[in-house]
Amino acid sequence: MQPNLWQRLDILARALTPLALTVLLLLFSLTPLRSPYLAPVMPSIALIAVYYWSVFRPDLMPSGAVFLIGLLHDLIGGGPFGIGILALLMVQAAVGAQRKFFATAGFPLLWLGFAVLSAGAQLLIWIFSSALIGRLVDPSAVMLQYAVTLAIYPCLFWLFGRAQQLLLRDAEPVR
Amino acid sequence: MNKRTGKVVRLATPLKAWTQRFAFLLLVGAAFGLMLLGKIDTVLIERARTQLADAMAPLLDAASEPVATVNGTLEDMRDLARMREVNAMLRAENQRLLDWRRSAIALAAQNAALRDLMKLAPDAEQRYVTARVVADQGNAFVRSVLVAVGKSAGVDKGQAALTGSGLAGRVVEVGDKISRILLITDINSRIPVAVGAAGDKAILAGDNSPKPSLMYLLPNSSVKVGDRVVTSGNGGLFPPGLPVGEVTEVADGSVRVRPYVDWEHLDYLRLVGYDLPGLIADFIGKPATAR
Repeated sequence: MQPNLWQRLDILARALTPLALTVLLLLFSLTPLRSPYLAPVMPSIALIAVYYWSVFRPDLMPSGAVFLIGLLHDLIGGGPFGIGILALLMVQAAVGAQRKFFATAGFPLLWLGFAVLSAGAQLLIWIFSSALIGRLVDPSAVMLQYAVTLAIYPCLFWLFGRAQQLLLRDAEPVR
Repeated sequence: MNKRTGKVVRLATPLKAWTQRFAFLLLVGAAFGLMLLGKIDTVLIERARTQLADAMAPLLDAASEPVATVNGTLEDMRDLARMREVNAMLRAENQRLLDWRRSAIALAAQNAALRDLMKLAPDAEQRYVTARVVADQGNAFVRSVLVAVGKSAGVDKGQAALTGSGLAGRVVEVGDKISRILLITDINSRIPVAVGAAGDKAILAGDNSPKPSLMYLLPNSSVKVGDRVVTSGNGGLFPPGLPVGEVTEVADGSVRVRPYVDWEHLDYLRLVGYDLPGLIADFIGKPATAR
């Protein structure tokens, strides 16, 4: 049976959930929290989002969406331009290449996988940023950001999981 | 599945995989292209950034409001808990400030008299705009904030951004409703300063750490720990004499400065416009290129 217009709109809206949620969180991460201990370093939400959706719903996180998230991330981030896009695309490609592993992994293994992949991504970002700025950027800030991102991963994992359950439960494809 | 669709699927699957791979490579190429573009045409990227920030301005403004409220409430509670202590501290400080005020008035009068005596040209006119900080770049590579004023309020590139305690940064991008402030701790920040009572000239260079360093100090300069660092006004970018920070570390070749600004309470920034008298301003041009 052909779905009518409203059903199709509904399906489209649901399919846009991962992208929309990520963009929202990115904007949210810009608000000044002024927490005395976290001030200069916010977790890289884009990294977690791209990883999560590439693992669970790769059909809803195509390269184009990753590119868009990276573009937004780099534009609002204010750092050297284009590097975030590259790092996010690499993470997506890495997940795609190891789909068999990720399809069977539970939460601890996924966290571990994220630790490895985001370490690679942060290293890539650090190298390219230093190259583009023309000086070695203090790596301690990058490491702190890595640690914070890793620590916040379970929270976002839970949040994305809830969103997936609520909005994308029907039409769940094979992982 | 009949024979015909089976054939189509057999053909379509590798084709689809191939297109996906091709699209991926294209996007990676585009990312590299953007990187180069960002390096070559900084102005274009900055314009895109400003436009995006402008578009997000109402959203950022709305989002920063509750955060500020929560922060304020927490702070209030903390203050309430130590009211007695703070009160005593403020009394003492007030006493001290009154003394300072007396000497400031005396000095101002004396200064005016001496200026008059010397026929010194008056300082350039200063314009102030106060703006709320609406966004914070949470990034390991950049130290900047967005404030909710723009061209319409007369903000210009190169203006100094101050808090009550000292210089926080410089306006680097201006949109219609939003401007980006590059903080003095950013790796790209370079501010001409004068150090200590002798006014030794130097450049305050950020490196993304909380304590920027002084560059190009003359070897025979007498900089020591505790010296006050103020803007020198060299280059016509900033008014001279804005407080910046205090020298905290003098090792051979490296002098570190602790800025006066309290980075955790960067709620409002005052942007200072500085109109150099006609001729010099034309000569220097817009300070925009002095990044």
